Order: sequence, then structure tokens, then C-alpha cells
Amino acid sequence: MEHSNEPYKYAAHHSEEEGKKTRRMIWNMFWVLLAITSVEVGLGLTWKELAIAWSWVKMTFIILTLAKAYFIVAYYMHLKHERTGLQNTIIIPYVLLALYLIYMVVTEATYTHYMEYLF
Amino acid sequence: MSHTEVVDSKTAWAGDNNSPFGAGYGKLMMWFFLMSDALSFTGFLAAYGFYRHDYSAIWPTAENVFTHFPFVHSHQPLLYVALMTFILIMSSVTMVLAVEAGQRMDKGAVIKWMFWTIIGGLIFVGSQAWEWMHFIHGTELGAMELGIGTVEINGVIEQTQGIIGRWADDSKQVLMLPWRETLGDVTSPYITLEGDALKAALANAHEIHGANLTHNEYGHPLFADFFFFITGFHGTHVFSGVVLNFIIFVNVIMGTYEKRGHYEMVEKVGLYWHFVDLVWVFVFTFFYLV
Repeated sequence: MEHSNEPYKYAAHHSEEEGKKTRRMIWNMFWVLLAITSVEVGLGLTWKELAIAWSWVKMTFIILTLAKAYFIVAYYMHLKHERTGLQNTIIIPYVLLALYLIYMVVTEATYTHYMEYLF
Repeated sequence: MSHTEVVDSKTAWAGDNNSPFGAGYGKLMMWFFLMSDALSFTGFLAAYGFYRHDYSAIWPTAENVFTHFPFVHSHQPLLYVALMTFILIMSSVTMVLAVEAGQRMDKGAVIKWMFWTIIGGLIFVGSQAWEWMHFIHGTELGAMELGIGTVEINGVIEQTQGIIGRWADDSKQVLMLPWRETLGDVTSPYITLEGDALKAALANAHEIHGANLTHNEYGHPLFADFFFFITGFHGTHVFSGVVLNFIIFVNVIMGTYEKRGHYEMVEKVGLYWHFVDLVWVFVFTFFYLV
């Protein structure tokens, strides 16, 4: 096999200047993730005393978790700055199949409860 | 180049030395692998959600199960797992700093940040082992697994076989059943057994300590099964992530990527490591919080 002498062009490189900006972004994201986790743990420990309805607490946890997931995937895994084609290739199949799984769980859970109610 | 097709396994899939989406082959494959792996974890968590919902009346709450903190004897719900989460987020930060250093071709910084990532990963795996140990050993007080019989709960006759009752305190005079006085409200007090009713219920009960795949001191055995399976599968990922990071770490020290002219390999293991952190974010929410 013949090998080309063209340098590998897909590895990302950046200058000292851009590096400084990237590092600032990394640490900003760290504080965001830490803040979200602290809110989650704080809410988990105090919601009974604060007398917040469990369904609200649950929804808050799920929204905060999805926010954390977005920040990790978009910034730390750099997906936000990849080409749109790559973003879609990863996100669309995942979301479709995950929604299908959730659909299965919800319908089966309803069915199971219905059967328990009947028998 | 006019009549011969130049194919270089390092740079191209085929054709004009162009890779789809402007990303290298290895990086793309890592993304596809992570997507399928994410679906596996989604499946596990969906199955967990199904059974948690199905047995919601008698499912244990994690804050009553994971209450230990190293060197502290008091009841500390959630704190240790919060610390583990912090350590894993921190190691994700050091990993992305290693990737950033690689893009500046700063070998020293890559070594430094990858070293801290590996240390963070090892601490996390160790913490998980410690938590498993406590979960498997259980408490000194233990719990009672009830035998065949019935008990009236909110006007409904429930079977007691296999139901786990926990002692209200060390005197073992009051047994708390997993049901609540107000159905579905986790702030409502537990339904308790004492006196003659307790004696009758304990006639064919047996004491259990800790958890394994068939018995679980803290509540329904499926809780233990899912705990072992999901945190175990995640722990395996953390462990293999540490191994991959270590291999790349050695390569960085030996100057492999300096010679190659780019540190894309660090970026690829970085993607895997962030994914491990990402999965933990969901495990933490659905296992420990919800």
C-alpha cells in the first residue's frame, strides 16, 4: 500500500492564546457542574423539611440532570463545535431509540398495573 | 497522484483523503461506540425505572441505604456518593485540560493532567468498592424477612411472604413494614407491627444481614440486583477507562504522540472518560436521588 506524505489534518491544534480561552471555558463549566450537583444534593437532603411535593422534586432532578448531560456533551466532549452532520449522527439515533425505550417502559408499566387491578 | 488512488490507513477511509464530518476515523468510531453504549445504559435505567415504579409501595429509598462515610460513625445520607460524584466531575475536568494541553503540543501539561485523571479514576473505583462492601455486609441490627402470612395495610390485605421489615430501634420491639400510612407519600410514617401482631408475624420470619442477589436487608431484592448490575457495569467502565488512560499516559511519556505530531489519541480516550462521567450523572440521579 502506498502511503501519502500529506500530514494528518483532522487533529485539532490551537495556539497559546486560544488555549487560554479554552481553559477559561473548562473552569467555568466546572463551576456550573459543581453548582448543579450541589443544588441536587441540597434538595435531596432538605426537600422533606421544605415540604415540597415529591413530583416537583423529581422533575427538578430530571431537568438538572439533563442540563448537566448537555454541558458535558456539548463542551467537554466538544460536540457543540463538531460539524452539524456529526452532531445529528450521534444525537438523532440516540434520542429516537431512548424515546422508544421510555415508551416501552411507560406502556408496560400501565399494562402491569391494569393487570394487578384486574386480578 | 493523477492515476493512482492514494490510500493511507492513518488518514483516510477512501477516496480523496477526506474523512466524513472532518473528524478522524478513530474519533468517529469512538463516538459511534459511545452512542451504542449510552443506549445500553438507557436500557438498564429504563428497566430499573420499570421495577421501581412497579414496586413503588415497598421500594427502599437510597438515603436509608447508603448512609456511611469513612471514619465517621453517624448517619450521613447522600454525602459519600456526593463526594464520589465530585471526584468524578473533577477527573473529567483534568481530562479535558489534558486534551487542551495536547492541542498546544504541551507534553508536560498532558502528563500532569492525565496523571490526575488516573488518580481520580482510581479513587472513584475504590470508593465504589467501599460502598459495595458496606452494602453487602449490611448493618449489625439486620432486618426481618417475613414468611407466609397476611397483614392489613390501609384496608387492603397484603401477603407478607418475602417482605422486609426493619427494626425501629435497637430494642427490637417495633418492626417497620415497607408500606407508608398514607399510600405513595414518602414523608408519611411507616406502618408498624408490635406486641402480639409482631410475635405472630415473626413466627416464620428469619433475620437477614446485608444484601446479595437473592436477599436484601434494605428492602426488595430487585433493588440490590439493579444496584449490583448498574453500578457494577458503570464501575467496569470506570476501570477500563483507567486502564486506557494509563496506556495513553505511558505513550505520552514515551513521546509517541510528540513524534506523531498530534495528541488526538488523548482526545479519543478523553471522549470515553467524559462518557463515563456522563453515565454517572444519570446513575446518581436515578439511583440515589429519585
